[in-house]
Amino acid sequence: MALATRTQHAQHPQHPPSLLGSLWRSTVGKKAVMAVTGLIMLAYLVAHMIGNLKIFFGPGEFDHYAHWLRTIGGPVLHYEWFLWILRVVLVAAVVLHGVAAYQLSRRDLAARPVKYARPRARTSYATRTMRWGGVILGLFVVWHILDLTTLTVNPNAQHGHPYANVVASFDRWYVAAFYIAAMLALGLHIRHGFWSAAQTLGANSPRRDRAFKAAANALAALLTVGFVSVPVAVLTGIVS
Amino acid sequence: MKFTLRVWRQRDAAAAGAMTTYEVDGVSADMSFLEMLDHLNERLILSGDTPVAFDHDCREGICGACGVVINGQAHGPERTTACQLHMRHFRDGDTIDVEPWRAEAFPVVRDLVVDRSAFDRVIASGGYVSVPTGSAPEAHATPVPKAAADLAFDHAACIGCGACVAACPNGSAMLFTAAKVVHLNALPQGAPERESRVLDMVDTMDAQGFGGCTNTGECATACPKGIPLSAIGTLNREYLRATVKGRGNRD
Amino acid sequence: MTDYTAYGVGDPVADTKAPDGPIAERWDRRRFEAKLVNPANRRKHTVIVVGTGLAGGAAGATLAEQGYRVVQFCYQDSPRRAHSIAAQGGINAAKNYRNDGDSVHRLFYDTVKGGDFRARESNVHRLAQISLQIIDQCVAQGVPFAREYGGLLDTRSFGGVQVSRTFYARGQTGQQLLLGAYQALSRQIDAGTVEMHPRTEMLDLVVVDGRARGVVARDLVTGRVDTYFADAVVLASGGYGNVFYLSTNAKNSNATAVWRAHRRGALFANPCFTQIHPTCIPRSGDHQSKLTLMSESLRNDGRIWVPVAKGDTRPPNEIPEDERDYYLERMYPSFGNLVPRDIASRAAKNVCDEGRGVGPGGQGVYLDFADAIRRMGRAAVDAKYGNLFEMYERITAEDPYQVPMRIYPAIHYTMGGLWVDYDLQTTVPGLFAIGEANFSDHGANRLGASALMQGLADGYFVLPATINDYLARHPHDEVLADHPAAVAVVAEVTARLDRLLAVDGDRTPDSFHRELGELLWDECGMARNEAGLRKALGRIPELREEFWRRVKVPGTGAELNQSLEKANRIVDYLELAELTCLDALHRTESCGGHFREESQTPDGEAARRDELFSYTAAWEFTGTGRPPVLHKEDLVFEHVHPTQRSYT
Repeated sequence: MALATRTQHAQHPQHPPSLLGSLWRSTVGKKAVMAVTGLIMLAYLVAHMIGNLKIFFGPGEFDHYAHWLRTIGGPVLHYEWFLWILRVVLVAAVVLHGVAAYQLSRRDLAARPVKYARPRARTSYATRTMRWGGVILGLFVVWHILDLTTLTVNPNAQHGHPYANVVASFDRWYVAAFYIAAMLALGLHIRHGFWSAAQTLGANSPRRDRAFKAAANALAALLTVGFVSVPVAVLTGIVS
Repeated sequence: MKFTLRVWRQRDAAAAGAMTTYEVDGVSADMSFLEMLDHLNERLILSGDTPVAFDHDCREGICGACGVVINGQAHGPERTTACQLHMRHFRDGDTIDVEPWRAEAFPVVRDLVVDRSAFDRVIASGGYVSVPTGSAPEAHATPVPKAAADLAFDHAACIGCGACVAACPNGSAMLFTAAKVVHLNALPQGAPERESRVLDMVDTMDAQGFGGCTNTGECATACPKGIPLSAIGTLNREYLRATVKGRGNRD
Repeated sequence: MTDYTAYGVGDPVADTKAPDGPIAERWDRRRFEAKLVNPANRRKHTVIVVGTGLAGGAAGATLAEQGYRVVQFCYQDSPRRAHSIAAQGGINAAKNYRNDGDSVHRLFYDTVKGGDFRARESNVHRLAQISLQIIDQCVAQGVPFAREYGGLLDTRSFGGVQVSRTFYARGQTGQQLLLGAYQALSRQIDAGTVEMHPRTEMLDLVVVDGRARGVVARDLVTGRVDTYFADAVVLASGGYGNVFYLSTNAKNSNATAVWRAHRRGALFANPCFTQIHPTCIPRSGDHQSKLTLMSESLRNDGRIWVPVAKGDTRPPNEIPEDERDYYLERMYPSFGNLVPRDIASRAAKNVCDEGRGVGPGGQGVYLDFADAIRRMGRAAVDAKYGNLFEMYERITAEDPYQVPMRIYPAIHYTMGGLWVDYDLQTTVPGLFAIGEANFSDHGANRLGASALMQGLADGYFVLPATINDYLARHPHDEVLADHPAAVAVVAEVTARLDRLLAVDGDRTPDSFHRELGELLWDECGMARNEAGLRKALGRIPELREEFWRRVKVPGTGAELNQSLEKANRIVDYLELAELTCLDALHRTESCGGHFREESQTPDGEAARRDELFSYTAAWEFTGTGRPPVLHKEDLVFEHVHPTQRSYT
């Protein structure tokens, strides 16, 4: 009666469609997708922030850097191709990250429909603000592209003069304030997100936990300070 | 001691429930929280009222039957089970809110009693080693490094009370599932089913309507047995490893 | 006036299943002689298992693996919560990994002797043989036993035996073994071979044409009372320690399944053999709902004492050394604080009866670690007993590093239970009892770390091998749901529940349970005498009458009603308590956990009277309040010669 001792699970397809497909089916897998896409975006942000700092060396160097970005990969890649590849990857990351977050959030809210009479939140502010912080960041990215890439909402801007465009944008105090607020939200998001990604990808362990938390804090602080330094410099006239 | 209790009363799964206020007098500081509820119930019975239903059994913190949310905290202010929480941890005259575990996957049965059978289904889908009685090799045939045995034990200590789910803002059962996966996957005896176990258990966990993990850590803080949050990291690793390695090879 | 101490004497009862011949070959022989069920036919047979503890969980999983259809019940919300989970110490097995002279024969010998020569040799020998396989099975399941640095299993010596044969998983051995059985059972539930009914309590047994054919059980959530039919019924519902109200048993552990089976014809053996554990945390007041045990290992380094003077209310640390009475060390100089459980318990009771007890109500003695801390250092004490100290402090709010612990004995285990033969079958054909629910193996006293061994032996190995014989001799035939026997049982069960709800008196169910428990503890607890037992036997029928007149059970039967559950269990306790006292009264000897004050040696030790009582007392039910009939099973000792214990 060997059969009687065997346990079978009919609910699984024998051949899930793909790695991404099988990951997408479960909460754990979907979180892994979020972690990986989050890390891709984080890596991009680090490069972006370092690039931003070139603004402190004047319009010549900054504009030259902006032009160089379009020539990466050449002559193999055509002008701006690298940038477009990067943009496609980033859009895919943003979409996957956002859709996964949306789907998981809906599931999470449905899993705990009733609140306690006397709720006791003991988790950090960063953890509790992941969802709304994420939404704010999403909206910010849209505005940010309209402001400094397509220049749609930046009336004084001209294509090909990024340094001047940045200054023109941040000269409006409310734009700078919005930018700074968004960067603070980014810091919080990364503070929980980086450690969370390590946990989600199974890279964490009791021994490494402190290191990951420290790294998350350092990354969050570094990116926030780096990004915020630009509008502050514009507002204070250091960059003009 | 004297307390004002606000207790969730709900006649059955279909009925609407509400917080109901009771004054409880004559409570001894040495009473456990459940003995305080016993004390309330004795009075309710004699006054023709319906006593408060709550799950409990061993009353020594090991069976995992008891569990209520006290002032918004699963099992109350101490890191232990409700049966091992004593009234000396409250101030005379306090108002205490008592609610059932709240999670979609744990529907209320009556008052403070919830249905945790979803946990049993998670275990049944893979939380075991397939070893029919009589087929075991001699116990010393496979030495287990002490570190692995200790790691397994630390996670096997889970009592299945559900505090992790109750404390999680997402009603997630990750810590519970992780505890069993880490326990069995840490041992050589669990190795043959290492991939199918984690894949099946996570699938079942999701199918039962538990939420996902957002790494808030509330579960590990509430766990009366100290199952560490790192268990979830290991579960994630095991799951990803199994997905990459075991895709298409299950069962 | 009715004489509540009367009983009839019926024909002797004999175990016809144990083969004769060399004791070491009996189990093999029985397995060979037992008929088998063709694997293809097994799925036609349904077996009901009541309870999911070590015995029930193991049996359900194993029978399902063999191909039987299993229908299983537990009153808990999950099969993982059965009270086996609370066992701390460990599990014995004659592996002899330590090379310290252990063997199957030594474990057999120790168990028979420890049971004070009131157990059946054949059964105990089989238990010792099977102990080897249990460890193999549990290790393979992933039970995280303690291990040494080399990766091999660690063992310790336990309960005063001279070999290290106790395997353990920190202080949670019961939990880990139970989870192993639960997981094996869960695998079968998932495979569809076990139909699990949690939150469902067996309330009666259905006997059709003299054979057990099913149970009547109540769904505790909906209140629905249903009949479940089967080809055989296995009771694994645990012991009856809760008849004492305060015990170390789980609050809902109860005797209803075994008592209902007894009422339907199963003999009940040795109910007065109850075990008291010496190191429990004393009660802190009338609100106390249960007692918590602390591992006996505390006595290895703690010193037990009370003040020399009666009514000494000074804090312990202010009582000078010469005003303390380390009474165990004084009375038993060679064993000191390590005397067996029953002796330690009785001595504690005696000093408390003298008015020298400590703590609230004077029901406690000190267990002092001051010397151990001085000798070993705080760190070493912490490493050895840290978790126990922590548990003690959580419950009592006293720090055992600063003030001595207070301990008092408590009811902990019941050796008595349904009478079974070598096949673990009761006197009702087709009804089996395993684990603590039966009476076998431990005699009058159970050794530490042997309960887990017996539960798993019965569940994994004995029952699955012996039940075949019964099933093979009784080919499956359908019982119809409207069979008059089944309908009558359902009507009886329902009527009893309705009657409980209808009384609408002025006392809570718990108040009766507590009163019964106190009576039993006082008169049929650690020490028993004729006058006290007669008093109890006079009082119990009064209490029963009062119960049916004054109990108040709120609510209805068609809902989750925990008061109704309690009241229904108390009905059975009120009858079982009577039989327990009667059994204790009739056995005018002291043996193991049963101490009759009239039967002691000049220095106060238990005196067995083998010439009169070398038998198992199996009682037959004749009606509530009517004299039961005693059937004796003579005990024959061919391999272990009865001797009087001496620990002085």
